[in-house]
Amino acid sequence: MTQLPQSTDRKMGLVIDLDTCVGCHACVISCKGWNTENYGAPLSDQDAYGSDPSGTFLNRVHSFEVQPEQGHAQLIHFPKSCLHCEDAPCVTVCPTGASYKRVEDGIVLVNESDCIGCGLCAWSCPYGARELDATEGVMKKCTLCVDRIYNENLEEVDRVPSCVRTCPAGARHFGDLGDPNSDVSKLVEERGGMDLMPEQGTKPVNKYLPPRPKDTIEEQIDILAPLLAPVAEEPQGFMGWLDKALDKLPGGNA
Amino acid sequence: MHPAPSVIVFTTLSGLGFGLLMFLGLGFPAVTGWVAFVFFAIAYALAVGGLMASTFHLGHPERAMKAFTQWRSSWLSREGWCAVIALLVMAPYGAGLVFLGETYTALGLIGALFSLLTVFTTSMIYTQLKTIPRWNMKLTPAMFLSFSIAGGALLAGQVNAAMILLAIAALVQLAYWKQGDEAFANSGTDMGTATGLGSRGTVRAFEPPHTGTNYLLREFVHVVGRKHAAKLRVISFVLAFVLPILILLISPHHFGALIAVLSHLAGIATSRWLFFAQAEHVVGLYYGKR
Repeated sequence: MTQLPQSTDRKMGLVIDLDTCVGCHACVISCKGWNTENYGAPLSDQDAYGSDPSGTFLNRVHSFEVQPEQGHAQLIHFPKSCLHCEDAPCVTVCPTGASYKRVEDGIVLVNESDCIGCGLCAWSCPYGARELDATEGVMKKCTLCVDRIYNENLEEVDRVPSCVRTCPAGARHFGDLGDPNSDVSKLVEERGGMDLMPEQGTKPVNKYLPPRPKDTIEEQIDILAPLLAPVAEEPQGFMGWLDKALDKLPGGNA
Repeated sequence: MHPAPSVIVFTTLSGLGFGLLMFLGLGFPAVTGWVAFVFFAIAYALAVGGLMASTFHLGHPERAMKAFTQWRSSWLSREGWCAVIALLVMAPYGAGLVFLGETYTALGLIGALFSLLTVFTTSMIYTQLKTIPRWNMKLTPAMFLSFSIAGGALLAGQVNAAMILLAIAALVQLAYWKQGDEAFANSGTDMGTATGLGSRGTVRAFEPPHTGTNYLLREFVHVVGRKHAAKLRVISFVLAFVLPILILLISPHHFGALIAVLSHLAGIATSRWLFFAQAEHVVGLYYGKR
């Protein structure tokens, strides 16, 4: 059914920390790796080793430069995948009912056997979260790794989306954003988590944590100077006793 | 937006075909027998041909029947229903005129209504998309409907009505272009809101996610050909409206009318190409493109 549910029991989603993301693209690769061989049709590549490669990805990392009115420009790495919106326009435009939002956890999924590949859902998504696979002719999108998060064949630590499990910087968090007491909700509260394109009225579940304010560099010629000072001037403990003992030996004290 | 030939052919031909069907349903011209057969054959060829063309861009056209299921929420599904109802209702109405010389007025009126609704639902597929500000305007359905009705009048040989309706469509076209050119800026969406970083300073796309292209860029960020947009607008406006009106004024006969129809068709197709090629999807902002 392509009508949206009135409400969902939970709002599972991601919180992405723009302060911590180092732009390594590990989440992109792990996403492609997991999702090309699990839920639904594989994520195909075209001309993968040729001069004009392209392919289907469910998660991509952009990099933006922000130039404040005063001070230095800041580089911000920006991972982007489906935001599992509460008012998901991609669901209601679907003519076949292939695109749907789950009542139990709010995950937006595509039933690939019903997808006619008209592309209208991708047109309606402001975030570019949906890509029509060129080989399979069906719409692909982030499933929030629905085949991992409830998968009891996996170790508990692995029951999170592949991108979250992989992120070496800890910039990606997974949880129930409908529960105000969940870790992710607290994180969003604490760090002022934000929506992308709120004016589009999609009410995204995924939140982005803005970069923290940066330290200002004070008037100091060499910022490494404090680190170059001697660490321990007087030996302590056993080394101190040894130092003194050796000093007492004849011909010792230099 | 990528101007896919299948969608341009579909919206242009079926718009004209359903416009003609609407006039036939209302009894203009009041024809029977072979003349009616020719009119209905042209209308069905345009409408059905357009609908067939629209399936060419589907990834899985064999599943197209599933598109009838979601009429409660989806304009694309509603369009399918309206088109099928219009074509099914107009068939016995046309058969009555062609073979029996009978006019089933009620059927004609229902068919005319659904022909118009088909064009309206087609336009709403584009109008509903907030992601494409140039389409997300009340003038979009006004444009589709005025083009279809004017084209229908022209094909139906309603010379006086056609001249007035073409003039109205021309004005709608001008208004659409004017409002459309400001739509993106007025939508409130920019790189600042797209990234949520706008309050911190000027946002610039520094590195794209990949060195090559992808589906999103191919489908939504079509910048090639936009540089000729101004010239194409003039060409399309002259072909679609100015020339047909002049021809109808000077020589409203069969040959003149044929030239007027062909000119109108070429002009509308050009306008429709611009409708897609000039439409900017907000996702382009993430790539620093429009």
